[in-house]
Amino acid sequence: MQNTSAMNGQRWLMMVPAVLFFLVFALIPMLVAVYYSFLNWNGLSTPQWVGFANWQTVFASGEAWHAIRLTIEIMVLSWVMQTPLSLLIGVFLAGDQKYRAVYGVFYFTPLLFSSVAVGVTWSYILNPNFGLLDALLKATGLGTGNENWLGEPSTALIVVAAIISWQFIPFHSLLYHSGARQIPESLYEAARIDGAGPVRMFFSITLPQLKYTFITSTVLILTGSLTYFDLIYVLTGGGPGDATLILPMDMYKQAFLNENIGVGSVMAVILAVAGVALSILLLRLSRFNRMESQLEGM
Amino acid sequence: MKKSLWMSAGATALLSASVLAGCNLSAGAAQKVNITLWDIQTGQVQQVIKQMIDRFNQSHPDIHVQPQWFQNGPYKQKILIAMGAHNPPDIFMGWGGGILKSYIDAGDVYDLTSDINKDPQWKNRFLPSVMKPVTFNGHIYGVPYTGVQPVYFFYNKQLFQKYHVAIPKTWNQLLNAIKVFNKNGVIPITLGGKDLWPNLMYEEYLVDRIGGPEAFNAVLAGKKNAWSNPAFIKANTMIQQLVKMKAFEPGFSSVSYDNAASTSLLFTGRAAMELMGSWEFNTVYSNNKAMIDQGNLGWFPFPSVPGGKGNPNDIAGNPSGYYSISKASKNPQAAVTFLRDAVLTGQNVKDWINIGNVPPVKGIEKDLKQAKFGDFLTFNYDLVKNAPNFQMSWDQALSPAQAQELLTDLGKLFLLQMTPQQFSADMNKYIGK
Repeated sequence: MQNTSAMNGQRWLMMVPAVLFFLVFALIPMLVAVYYSFLNWNGLSTPQWVGFANWQTVFASGEAWHAIRLTIEIMVLSWVMQTPLSLLIGVFLAGDQKYRAVYGVFYFTPLLFSSVAVGVTWSYILNPNFGLLDALLKATGLGTGNENWLGEPSTALIVVAAIISWQFIPFHSLLYHSGARQIPESLYEAARIDGAGPVRMFFSITLPQLKYTFITSTVLILTGSLTYFDLIYVLTGGGPGDATLILPMDMYKQAFLNENIGVGSVMAVILAVAGVALSILLLRLSRFNRMESQLEGM
Repeated sequence: MKKSLWMSAGATALLSASVLAGCNLSAGAAQKVNITLWDIQTGQVQQVIKQMIDRFNQSHPDIHVQPQWFQNGPYKQKILIAMGAHNPPDIFMGWGGGILKSYIDAGDVYDLTSDINKDPQWKNRFLPSVMKPVTFNGHIYGVPYTGVQPVYFFYNKQLFQKYHVAIPKTWNQLLNAIKVFNKNGVIPITLGGKDLWPNLMYEEYLVDRIGGPEAFNAVLAGKKNAWSNPAFIKANTMIQQLVKMKAFEPGFSSVSYDNAASTSLLFTGRAAMELMGSWEFNTVYSNNKAMIDQGNLGWFPFPSVPGGKGNPNDIAGNPSGYYSISKASKNPQAAVTFLRDAVLTGQNVKDWINIGNVPPVKGIEKDLKQAKFGDFLTFNYDLVKNAPNFQMSWDQALSPAQAQELLTDLGKLFLLQMTPQQFSADMNKYIGK
């Protein structure tokens, strides 16, 4: 039998385009960023080699640690807010209830908007003086009409995470939706014959069968929250104070507003390493790389 | 297949040859010098500049100025990259101050001093306070080309009349006005706190009123612990006093100046005042023309602070937009000719006044008075003319790293997350950076 995993000339050749793209658009820029992180450079002057000075600045500054903490917070918040809802909506839409498609259209609309449009719209809705939400709360007697959603340092990050969830839940629902559609009907039939109710079927069939969808979605949420930028830029610009200045925002601020390319590059490297480490860790923990069959015994 | 390839190659060669020949021809025939100019203005302002350039190109057959227009946001990065790559335009616009200084330090800007000193008429054209942002160590690196944009209070005249509030001339009168408006359920002052730069206007004015220009000049000069000057502590204490007495609208920290979000409170009669640059007039005009037509929008200078060292005539804001010449320009003398003969001369000055801008040139009082909205234009002109110090926005004057930290810390100060002492201590760490 021929060894199916061995590389031969043809396979190398087929890989060239992909490898080339990876080199030009991922690996080389990354290495350049590593190089930049050792420079004192504002983009104008002659760059100066400063060794690990930028790295020391970053790890010695409270600002960077603050940004790292916020990034972890937004990761956790995003996952907690998005996963249960996406799972429920996705599974619900995969069923055969009436008007399912109509609901689907509503749920998926946020997917169609760009982050900037989402950000601008929500800042209008949340405006403390003439925003829709405060007006509704006041009209129904649930609030004072002066709730300051994005301007209160203690709540701004939670509100931002909620808007991010609003934007991305449709996408993850879509993942769960397609995952749930793949589950063979025969499993449910067998369960029904054994007398299982819908709740039991959800926990004993749907959930285990969606294991890999769940992992994919989790990896995307966690690594995605490492790169949130556009929405936060529009909603709060990192403020109030530095309450939503997560690592990508801080990176932008350091590199392009403070014109300190070296320090910005340090943060870019941290982000890239964290992203790669996170996905490898998750894949290892979940044994996703083994890809054993979900349908054993069928 | 092969044939068509050859043919297209031939066509390309032919085409490029003719293009090259064309270039040579035009350059050879008139000996024309091409000058590229980068600018960011839009709308009417851009029209005025285009007309100025067209007139210049007609009257100077040997020079051709070619403007290129960019968006404000990306422009800063674009010019930074062009400078870094030593491929800048001949003339570029800027706001003077720290950013221009960083180009000068990198040896990228042409020194205009001797050209300007040669021509007394040119030298005496401008209001003196406007030249400061482009003057470093007595050397001049740019000339103003747009209207002045000082900062002061705009107010809703109807609300002032209704609650019998007089225009506040001193800080205490301002505090009293705030109390009266608060008692009557009117927001005293609207503030676009999300954008941070509107917060800075309070800081700039209070520090200048209390400590004079010296306080901030010490920061600019990189003096150690310059932010610990009592003027900063006192100004920041006064700012927090405003916040505590609810001088600003609820939730100001998430209200932006963009899309007239903060100003709408002023022109819908929900807020009585806003501290803003002269462009506020246009914002109100384009959103609520009736308010201006009925004479309900008023303006007054920032109040004096009794006991302060600063001159109460001092102002803050954006003195002007400036044109500078890059050192890499192949034809600096042609660019100088353009700056001298075209910018803020004759018809160009009239054009600015016609669109409601106040150019920073001497001796235009009469033209301003006769123009539409003459009282508003004259107020701006007098403010600038009589100001011993026209402080340019600190975020432009400082280095980018200091400016960003300043804006972030000010945001925290307005949120009462930071005390004036913590503010000074943190800002001291960034001096000279």
